[in-house]
Amino acid sequence: MQIWAIQTLNSLALGGLLFLLSSGFALIFGLMRIANLTHGALFMLGAYVGATVIRAGYGMFTAAAAALIVIAIVGGIIERLILRRLSGNPQGQVLATLGLAFIIADFCLVIWGGDPIPIETPAMFQSPIQFLGISFPAYRLVILVISCIIGIALYLLLEKTRLGAMIRAGVDDMQMARAVGIPASQLFTIVFCLGAGLAGLGGTLGGPIFNAYPGLDADMLPLALIVVILGGVGSLVGTFIASFIVGFIYSFGIALVPDLAYVILFLPMVVVIAFKPTGLFGTIRT
Amino acid sequence: MKKLAGFLTIIFLISIPFYSGEYYINLASQMLIAAIFASSLNLLVGYGGLTSLGHAVYLGLSAYITAWLITKIGLSHGATAAIALTATTVMGMLFGWIALRATGLGFLMLTLALSQIFWGLAYRWVGMTNGDNGISGITRPMPFDINLDQSNYFYWFVLIIFLTCMLLITRLVHSPFGASICGTRDQAKRMTALGFNVWLIRWITFVLASFFGAVAGLLYVYFHKYIHPTVMSITSSAEALLCVIAGGAGTLTGPIIGAFLVMILKNYVSGYVERWNMLLGAVFVFIVLFMPSGITPWVADKISRLRNTTK
Amino acid sequence: MTINRRDFLVGSGAASLGLAVPTLVNAQKSNEPIRIGLLTVKTGPLASGGIDMERGIMMYLNERNNMMAGRKVELVVADTGGVPANTKTKVQELVERDKVQVLMGPLAAFEALAIDDYIKTQKIPTLSVAAAEDMTQRKPNPWFVRATSSSAQCSHVMADYCAKIMKFKRMVMIADDIAYGHEMNAGFQRVFEENGGKIVQKLFPPLTAPDYGSFLAQLKTNVDGIFLGFAGSNGFRFVRQFNEYGLRGKMAIMGGMTALDESVLKNMGDEALGIQTVCWYSAELDNPINLKFAPGFRKTFGYDPGYYAAGTYVSGAVLENALNAVNGDANNKDALMAALKKTNIPTARGPVKFDQYGNIVGDVYIRQVERKDKRLVNAVLRTYTNVSQFWTYDPKSFLGQPVYTRDYPPAKNLES
Repeated sequence: MQIWAIQTLNSLALGGLLFLLSSGFALIFGLMRIANLTHGALFMLGAYVGATVIRAGYGMFTAAAAALIVIAIVGGIIERLILRRLSGNPQGQVLATLGLAFIIADFCLVIWGGDPIPIETPAMFQSPIQFLGISFPAYRLVILVISCIIGIALYLLLEKTRLGAMIRAGVDDMQMARAVGIPASQLFTIVFCLGAGLAGLGGTLGGPIFNAYPGLDADMLPLALIVVILGGVGSLVGTFIASFIVGFIYSFGIALVPDLAYVILFLPMVVVIAFKPTGLFGTIRT
Repeated sequence: MKKLAGFLTIIFLISIPFYSGEYYINLASQMLIAAIFASSLNLLVGYGGLTSLGHAVYLGLSAYITAWLITKIGLSHGATAAIALTATTVMGMLFGWIALRATGLGFLMLTLALSQIFWGLAYRWVGMTNGDNGISGITRPMPFDINLDQSNYFYWFVLIIFLTCMLLITRLVHSPFGASICGTRDQAKRMTALGFNVWLIRWITFVLASFFGAVAGLLYVYFHKYIHPTVMSITSSAEALLCVIAGGAGTLTGPIIGAFLVMILKNYVSGYVERWNMLLGAVFVFIVLFMPSGITPWVADKISRLRNTTK
Repeated sequence: MTINRRDFLVGSGAASLGLAVPTLVNAQKSNEPIRIGLLTVKTGPLASGGIDMERGIMMYLNERNNMMAGRKVELVVADTGGVPANTKTKVQELVERDKVQVLMGPLAAFEALAIDDYIKTQKIPTLSVAAAEDMTQRKPNPWFVRATSSSAQCSHVMADYCAKIMKFKRMVMIADDIAYGHEMNAGFQRVFEENGGKIVQKLFPPLTAPDYGSFLAQLKTNVDGIFLGFAGSNGFRFVRQFNEYGLRGKMAIMGGMTALDESVLKNMGDEALGIQTVCWYSAELDNPINLKFAPGFRKTFGYDPGYYAAGTYVSGAVLENALNAVNGDANNKDALMAALKKTNIPTARGPVKFDQYGNIVGDVYIRQVERKDKRLVNAVLRTYTNVSQFWTYDPKSFLGQPVYTRDYPPAKNLES
């Protein structure tokens, strides 16, 4: 009984983390149709930035905010200088985003070295929470709560604000959106910054669990891809739910059938897309 | 003009072992193998318009089957090659059927998923694959009693296969079938309206790509005489994809040039530049900004402009 | 902070020299330099150990003004990225283009396996850092010596310690799901169970597990201790999460030789205190050579040397000794190899000599994490001398059995 309870909480926590990781990717792909393969590297860069801020003595909140802003700026620069020129050239986007991923990954290696850098769990969350006879890391529950808050915030942004309305219009039909006067160019930059910022934020918040290490980008990118595709492109709700599905399947799967770790990770996605190519909640045929 | 250039290139390629050190001959062999692999992917990505991030699985399957048959069963090279190529192509048929249930990003993800599943299996199924110790002790074939352990003989062996593959691919691309592949890439709906079976055309392209990928895998495992699961990693597939796009997807020489570029950067330049990874990334970004369709189309464009101005 | 300019210069100097030198001369002229090729990993997830490997040997060479046996030494560093195909290409580059006479490294076991054939055909003496067991056991390579350790060499010792000194009866084992982890843990299991202990659970998380939550959830807590067969930074990550899940104090944490390496320790805090690990080196060793090496390394680089830095430093000493025995003639490979195999010298890790398969017979230490001068160090608790890769078993019967894997020796005491 204890094991099941802990595994369920693990799944929820992992799901929350995956949502933090994938929400940025989902936003960018949904609106701009760019599969931002730099996403993993931005996540990793966020983790490193956060680690540096914390090492300098500041708290997690400051670190997370710093990561959000810095990576958003990096994202903005990438979008303005490079990706902007590649609309309608999906293969070029792949080349560009992968190339940038290499550059960012190597840059991190130069600046921060090859050793993994741990990110301290905030002091108040370091001891485990005891309830119902089990101990569970407090910080993981905090991540779960934060990801839900961010999910709600994003949802409100999309549904209740003008910016959100413009984004939704762009996701549904970019040409018409332009035709009615929505400033596509600025919208793209804003959304890319937001998406990148979320990645950076996720990197720092997830830091106490994953740490910042070379190779974090390659480990994280497939997860983001799986979640977004499973959930369906164009649907933030889909990404949210898919994050938890993957979290559950992975945590329980790894415990029950560890030999099939990679199969477990990919199988649900393969099965879903094979039968419903737009993903679970997707609205867009890619 | 093109024929002359092609002829001279072939002469150049044949001549390399006569004046190069062993290291360079081996490097050239690796480049040719990478070129075959990139060209196989190009069928799918460049001509078919289907971006795949899991092509390394064919390289890996063919390599592992060969490795297993040679080391565990002791089968002869001819039989091994036949089985490996056939089995991999059959897997290609299956994967194609699965992957083509989606297009675009969904297709990309399915190809990625399939290759990751096999990558994971290669690590876990230790009984068959030796896990992350890999399989060593693979021997090279001895066609007509020629010892392919010598680098120059092996190089010519690879060169012959490379030229054969390129000939076949060229024929394919210039055939009516080749035209229909391009058609499905450019105007799938119209093709359907005209009565073409778009799915079938794509599937056949997929299978052909997997076949040539398997050929590359065979040569790969002969060259290294060792196989390890990293050969099927995302990085491996991504590199091949980058070769194709950087060189010029949808052209015949594009993937070859792309493979050449990436191999040079990875193997040669990395000896001199510590931050070669960053350089690699920067080169890609540069190409995408200034030569958005890849190197070959850019060069072709410049040449034709030159011709036009000198008329 | 990184030494990229230096090794760029060294590398390009060595490479251009290598290209300029005419084809092989049998007897080395007395002013011809000795060229050492270092196969290491400087990019990607294994970079941390690889960079340390480079620093270890560079330190050794700097202390001697780049001279060994009266000749100039050139070090050519090759970055394999931890991918076996690249290792193969790099070793070809080192041997064929840069004309190195001796190899050091590689880092990872599968890299060593990838170039095994090549080393044999090219006959290049290789001082390995990689721990792959069979390279010095069932498929011994006559050109291979290893001054570090085979995978299970140190875990045999730890198992003995846990059973006889710590008097543990029930233990759990966890390791990365790679051959190195399997071999290390299998060795531990064998010796522990033969001394009356029981391994009641074996866990193998995938190497790139995002986190250990699922494994920690199923961990049995009614045990005396847990043995960690992790590499890289996974050990440290595990310990942290172990504490976060409230398991601290419920069982003793005993680590293998790479679980809490000095390079990882520098990033840890009080949660590491008291953890005992086994290794063939500790920066706290008080032999005369290490008393100069460790503080010197710390002064130059800001942290204590660990497994990888010590690995190449000690290999450097072994190489120099052998070169002295052949009067610096590195081109005489057979003589050099014979001299390497006859090594019997004190080094920073203690005495080094090789068994007939080229693997080290030396001292292994049980260490405990303590705080000294505000740093965390691996203080040495106990020394086991003359430890070979076969532990107390007869080599022939050891080799007659299958190689250590995930399931061999079979675990008969697992509880569900």
